Amino acid sequence: MKYYAETHEWVEIVDGIATVGITEFAAEELGDLTYVEMPAIGAVFEAGAVFGSVESVKAASDIYAPLAGKVCEINDALETNPEVLNEAAEGEGWICRFSDVDQSGLSKLMSREDYLKSIGK
Amino acid sequence: MEEPLLNTPLVDYHVALGARMAPFAGWNMPVQYSEGILAEHRHCRTAAALFDICHMGEFRVAGPQAAADLDRILARPVLDQAINTCRYNFLLNEHAGVLDDLIVYRFAEDEFFLVVNAGPRLHDAAWIQERLSPSTSFEDESDAIAKLDLQGPQSAAVLAELGLPIDRQPAYYRFLTLTLWGLPLLISRTGYTGERGFELYFPAAAAGQVWETILETPGVKPAGLGARDTLRLEMGFPLYGHEMDETITPVEAGFGAMLKLEKPREFIGSEVLRDPVRGRPRRRLFGFRLDSRRAARHGAAILVDGKQIGVVTSGAVAPSLDIAVAMGYVDAAFDLKPGDAVGLDAGKTVLSATVASTPFYTAGTARA
Repeated sequence: MKYYAETHEWVEIVDGIATVGITEFAAEELGDLTYVEMPAIGAVFEAGAVFGSVESVKAASDIYAPLAGKVCEINDALETNPEVLNEAAEGEGWICRFSDVDQSGLSKLMSREDYLKSIGK
Repeated sequence: MEEPLLNTPLVDYHVALGARMAPFAGWNMPVQYSEGILAEHRHCRTAAALFDICHMGEFRVAGPQAAADLDRILARPVLDQAINTCRYNFLLNEHAGVLDDLIVYRFAEDEFFLVVNAGPRLHDAAWIQERLSPSTSFEDESDAIAKLDLQGPQSAAVLAELGLPIDRQPAYYRFLTLTLWGLPLLISRTGYTGERGFELYFPAAAAGQVWETILETPGVKPAGLGARDTLRLEMGFPLYGHEMDETITPVEAGFGAMLKLEKPREFIGSEVLRDPVRGRPRRRLFGFRLDSRRAARHGAAILVDGKQIGVVTSGAVAPSLDIAVAMGYVDAAFDLKPGDAVGLDAGKTVLSATVASTPFYTAGTARA
């Protein structure tokens, strides 16, 4: 099950590994995405810290870690095909995976239903 | 207080097409339609794109002294401009700073049409009117005239399909006036994309009719200001407010060779441009190619060995090249050559770039 941050990231935890991306709404709002700045594997982030950024034709936007953790994998496909983010932001367009996740932070995130409500959908 | 945004006559058409609207120079303009900036950009490079450019201004200047007046008010000569041709020109202040860049259309010996940017339009109108001879008339016709840009390698075929055969179409930087679709129409072979294309001017009341007629033609899609910006950036064309403003001279912007500074012609700003001290460029505009699609934006510092030598004025991904490009001003003390390495400050990191000649994109069909 996915959890959502006010800053338009999603996270899904499977077997203790958290997959993180930006929401379909965020990708749609940003327009055509042209570049994804990835974190280094092994980098550790606090919840709410900037861990990367996405760029569209018009602007760049930071991406915030929805939970504290350590980067264990990045989605290399986005380096050559950032448009996957526009096609499937909440699927194939995941950005990176975190291990050593502090799951207590989940209580500060929203359900899909609440997130959709928060963006007026 | 912010003035309310102005709408072009086509605002309802844009909204119906799913356009994303945003403010530009005081106007509520379509940035992109549903397919997005990259698709619109590619469509213009390969087929034909239609842009609503009704926000730009049009002035009519006429009278026996009109040519001499404009020759004195504008930086490039007007007296020798042939009838039915267009000429890119500059409106300068006394310090040779660019008040606006514009296109002059010569209708007749004594009649001209000036196409100016939306932002500086009202200031331009006042500036020009104050400097005309009493016998020269001036009309700001912007509200009565619609402007659509049809751009792309297929644009000539589209016009042919719509009733203007290719052998009657104007050549590059020429125009014609005719009656088409029951309307008085001015069509020039000009544009801001680097592709073969036309700019169409006609009564604003017919904007919806012409917009729909052209969009219904196979191969034509609408494109917004987002694609217009990436298309012009790939060509290295200046955008007023970015590469040019009243503190920048046309020589600094790279147009020195276009200006005829030899005496006896005098125009506003010529004295400064001829002065070896006051007219010496303080900075020069350069193009930069980045190493990836990651863009440097307006305002980013240009660095050599960690020291700032200039500032980026425009930057974005160049969709046709699949890398980011930028333009920016560099202090005249630094003599850069194509291939030289610089850093562009993106905040958290410095992006590597090399000096590149413009246009960045060289396969455009504008003159083809």
